[in-house]
Amino acid sequence: MKLYCLSGHPTLPCNVLKFKSTTIMLDCGLDTTSVLNFLPLPLVHSPRLSKLPGWISKDGTINLEKKELLDLSTIDVILISNYHCMMALPYITEHTGFTGTVYATEPTLQIGRLLMEELVNFMERVPKAQSATSWKNKDMQRLLPGPLKDAVDVWTWKRCYGIQEVNSALSRVQLVGYSQKVELFGAVQVSPLSSGYSLGSSNWIIQSHHEKVAYVSGSSLLTTHPQPMDQSSLKNSDVLILTGLTQMPTANPDGMLGEFCSNLAMTIRAGGNVLVPCYSSGVIYDLLECLYQFIDSANLGTTPFYFISPVANSSLEFSQIFAEWLCHNKQTKVYLPEPPFPHAELIQTNKLKHYPSIHGDFSSDFRQPCVVFTGHPSLRFGDVVHFMELWGKSGLNTIIFTEPDFSYLDALAPYQPLAMKCVYCPIDTRLNFHQVAKLLKEVQPLHVVCPEQYTQPPMTQSHRSDLMLELQPPPMPYRRCSVLNLPFRRRYERVYILPELAHSLVPTEVKPGVSIATVSAVLHSKDNKHTLQSVPKPPPVPPTKKRKRVMEEPPVAPKPLLSGAVPLEAFLATLQMHGITEVKVEETADGHILHLQAEDTLIQLEEDGTHIVCDNNEPLRTTLRDLVLRFLQKL
Amino acid sequence: MSLCVDLLSACVFLQGAGQDVGRSCILVSIGGKNIMLDCGMHMGYNDDRRFPDFSYVTQNGRLTDFLDCVIISHFHLDHCGALPYMSEMVGYDGPIYMTHPTKAICPILLEDFRKITVDKKGETNFFTSQMIKDCMKKVVPLNLHQTVQVDDELEIKAYYAGHVLGAAMVYIKVGSESVVYTGDYNMTPDRHLGAAWIDKCRPDILISESTYATTIRDSKRCRERDFLKKVHESIERGGKVLIPVFALGRAQELCILLETFWERMNLKAPIYFSTGMTEKANHYYKLFITWTNQKIRKTFVQRNMFEFKHIKAFDRSYADNPGPMVVFATPGMLHAGQSLQIFKKWAGNEKNMVIMPGYCVQGTIGHKILNGQRKLEMEGRATLDVKLQVEYMSFSAHADAKGIMQLIRMAEPRNMLLVHGEAAKMEFLKGKIEQEFSIDCYMPANGETVTVKTNPSVPVDMSVNLLKREMALGGPLPDPKKPRSMHGTLIMKESSLKLVSSEQALKELGLNEHQLRFTCRVPLQDPHSDSETLHRIYTHLKSLLKGYTIQHLPDGTVMVESIVIKVSSSAEDANAKILLLSWSYQDEDLGSFLSSVLKKGLPKM
Repeated sequence: MKLYCLSGHPTLPCNVLKFKSTTIMLDCGLDTTSVLNFLPLPLVHSPRLSKLPGWISKDGTINLEKKELLDLSTIDVILISNYHCMMALPYITEHTGFTGTVYATEPTLQIGRLLMEELVNFMERVPKAQSATSWKNKDMQRLLPGPLKDAVDVWTWKRCYGIQEVNSALSRVQLVGYSQKVELFGAVQVSPLSSGYSLGSSNWIIQSHHEKVAYVSGSSLLTTHPQPMDQSSLKNSDVLILTGLTQMPTANPDGMLGEFCSNLAMTIRAGGNVLVPCYSSGVIYDLLECLYQFIDSANLGTTPFYFISPVANSSLEFSQIFAEWLCHNKQTKVYLPEPPFPHAELIQTNKLKHYPSIHGDFSSDFRQPCVVFTGHPSLRFGDVVHFMELWGKSGLNTIIFTEPDFSYLDALAPYQPLAMKCVYCPIDTRLNFHQVAKLLKEVQPLHVVCPEQYTQPPMTQSHRSDLMLELQPPPMPYRRCSVLNLPFRRRYERVYILPELAHSLVPTEVKPGVSIATVSAVLHSKDNKHTLQSVPKPPPVPPTKKRKRVMEEPPVAPKPLLSGAVPLEAFLATLQMHGITEVKVEETADGHILHLQAEDTLIQLEEDGTHIVCDNNEPLRTTLRDLVLRFLQKL
Repeated sequence: MSLCVDLLSACVFLQGAGQDVGRSCILVSIGGKNIMLDCGMHMGYNDDRRFPDFSYVTQNGRLTDFLDCVIISHFHLDHCGALPYMSEMVGYDGPIYMTHPTKAICPILLEDFRKITVDKKGETNFFTSQMIKDCMKKVVPLNLHQTVQVDDELEIKAYYAGHVLGAAMVYIKVGSESVVYTGDYNMTPDRHLGAAWIDKCRPDILISESTYATTIRDSKRCRERDFLKKVHESIERGGKVLIPVFALGRAQELCILLETFWERMNLKAPIYFSTGMTEKANHYYKLFITWTNQKIRKTFVQRNMFEFKHIKAFDRSYADNPGPMVVFATPGMLHAGQSLQIFKKWAGNEKNMVIMPGYCVQGTIGHKILNGQRKLEMEGRATLDVKLQVEYMSFSAHADAKGIMQLIRMAEPRNMLLVHGEAAKMEFLKGKIEQEFSIDCYMPANGETVTVKTNPSVPVDMSVNLLKREMALGGPLPDPKKPRSMHGTLIMKESSLKLVSSEQALKELGLNEHQLRFTCRVPLQDPHSDSETLHRIYTHLKSLLKGYTIQHLPDGTVMVESIVIKVSSSAEDANAKILLLSWSYQDEDLGSFLSSVLKKGLPKM
């Protein structure tokens, strides 16, 4: 069993597991941090950006985490754990010869689709007249300034996919429910488990009858909107692949939420606007729920909240129809029947308004001071670019970063100098090191595999030994492009004995509680399922006139192994019963030699062997053979 | 091992307008587990016969001790109506499984029905509101395709069944035995629901409803067209149409039907939905949109099918408005409330029409007018002349014969069991099934027990080494003429069954191997030197035995597989050779064969 690690990003993993001759890709996250190397894509012409000397601003390009470690067309299935970890799907399913199936839960598919559509929309509505590629040439890259010069493998950076590729990629998705057992080629069973991180997010169990691999990716133990994490089903795994821990191990999500609210209220009261760059699904639901409770107490009842995204409406609508995937509290609401999320009420009371973009209706409804939720959190594309240009110059306004995926300083870099206040309260609900240690203690995997980042403290806080995984035995670290041999051997395989054969077996007890039976059977293997059935009786030989060649082929029925010993006294008694009385017994170093005088035959009896020397008397030999066999166990 | 299905009650088919009522309650015993499938109420009776007879079980102890779980397929009362009676009055505390929409809607229908029976008709010996609530607390929601482990051995899995919102088929598995219960299902997508689907799970028994056992798909579309035609005609001549409904289920389906029809025909006559549950009921459909058909699901963000444009809330004053209109009003049996009030107002005009889309309990006005009664006695000795048109239409979505056959093809069961249908129709279908699929088909009557023998294979753990060795030897394709048999030892220890090679079994059990050897001297006359004789033996055997390893070793022996043959000559006569054959018990057959071959001597040169 091998694990190919195609991504070094611990929260956007992409691993390939080869298990019982199936090739399973675990997630395909898209690392978009490379867009930070590009200038923002403004929605309206920006004199400032276009007057920058030198390099021309360019379409966002994306760092695709894959290398020619293995042929992607050989991948049989892709298991998706949550919608953030499927953004590279079109790159894998299109143009690589991929012919397999993708498995994901329904919310993951629907919200993943929204996020992809949003990304495509962001890119396509600001088409570039020209796009440069020659800078990717190594010689040119050397001459570039700053971090771009040191970026690795820029030639693997690809242009964003289009809507057609998204549709085609997503058409390969097969929907699964939590705890559904999906058979892959009869060899392996995979099953998604609730991971508690986002709507429909899942961990995966990949198992055969005797081996179990748990894939843990983006899990949360906090009570937010999704169904709680299923921990017990992770128990007894041989290998646990651990990815997607929190990116903010020192930031407490609850504290951050509090800070978010208080900063928001403060800015509004001072007459400023609040900009929240965020993804269109996920934490935003929790932010809105928190604000729902906070608005009245903070006297924000008249402040407009705007959610601007091409998929804002869909995201809000979809969140309300996945009751089965929500936590218990929200689930019980639909029985009333009420929408599970309170943002329905915010919309109804006109406190929250959503728009596909800043153009159209929004420009006429727009009132300040206000709160705007919009993407993309990298501040390089999407409507957020416009608000940065609009509000950046005033110290009254505040930008509050809640998404942990991008360094906020890097994100802000192209907008400097900036008068606007910046608040950084990243909310990452994924497991922290303390929780993961507890979890692993609970589920007791034999081996843990994790990104190498988790085996040492973060670079900036090298003294914090609590910010790493310490396990016994130590976890097996991987980095981008590693190939790990997972440490377990398959020893048993499930086969089925057909009833007819099962009835014909004769068990004998060899020890108290242990019985054995010899099995002679025909093995049938079909679709990786093995069955044993009785050996068919040879068809009766048709009567033939050629009597000559009847005895040509000896029968083939291999005999079992023997075990035990032949006791002398009992054996002599048995011989006597069969009319063999003249026996001379001679003691030797290892046992006895019996001389059957009348028959001129020798039997050598020893602890671990019996030797019958019998000339030219086949009936006698077979009789003696059967007598000896009476004392032995057959295996 | 055997598997037995008890039908506490199958179906009763009332003659008359083809009203499908009855109650479903099936008890399945499989692999030592007892499962109750559905717990329906018979709405045609007012006495004890209304609920299934649990004494069959309770005479031997409590229900909770006997049943491992209860599974409800959907929210229709003939499938869940007796649930509070069973759990609270007879007493059952184990888990009850149903899908989320069923869990949401079923208590509302139960409460509605309770109100009619107890509050309006004054019956006692019925469950209370509190009992419904307590009963629902025992419900565990099921997700589609989720494998639920009821206990270590019993697992259940729900599949989409169409029929009504949240309807499910269930797959029940214990060890290697399995049963599928369909509940009511529908194999063709309809106006708001998708088609039932199941994978090739090859259950030992498929228990299928057979309401429309002989019908070949016409029915539903036709009835819909019929319904629309009647409504349209009535509206055209300026009449008013009253449709008494229960708030949930059929009402939404008819609303979608009328809404799309109004849109298509550009009709202007108002459609009203009586107050009360309306908004709330539609809300259930909006929140459970993932359970509807693909078209509705795909477009729900742009346009939610359950937000009706043409259908408006009703006010009692509207009933006297002139001109045509369509009114949906609760309750569905015209026994009380708004629907009855409107009925009284409109009954005298022959231009008007009442359409009864469901079954009516005996004694209700709905029941009376369906039976053709034209003069109704109202309270206070007043009589009401019924002049309006009375129509009955059933819209329930069931699988037809073709659909049932299609499901059998999907699931590939080993046995088939038909329930919930008319005996004569079932008989016809049974014949078809047995003919086409050559599987046994049963159709038990109420209170009858069917026992189906299952013949499960025995799962064992085979050593991978042995398996790989066998697969390598067997080659990629099996040869039907020459089946290769494999040999191994099955070790049974406690509950584990392991199949390993004999050598490994010895090692694992800590047993010594006992070598049994045979040595045989065969005299042979051969006028050659010893080494030549040996060579002649070698060539003889080589020509005789194809497919065996025969070696002539330099130390003066011939080996056939592991059988050793040596030659020596007697001191007196150089031509009298003695062949020494030695073999182990494992080569017994070959050794014995060789000795008999060599006794016959070597062929002349």
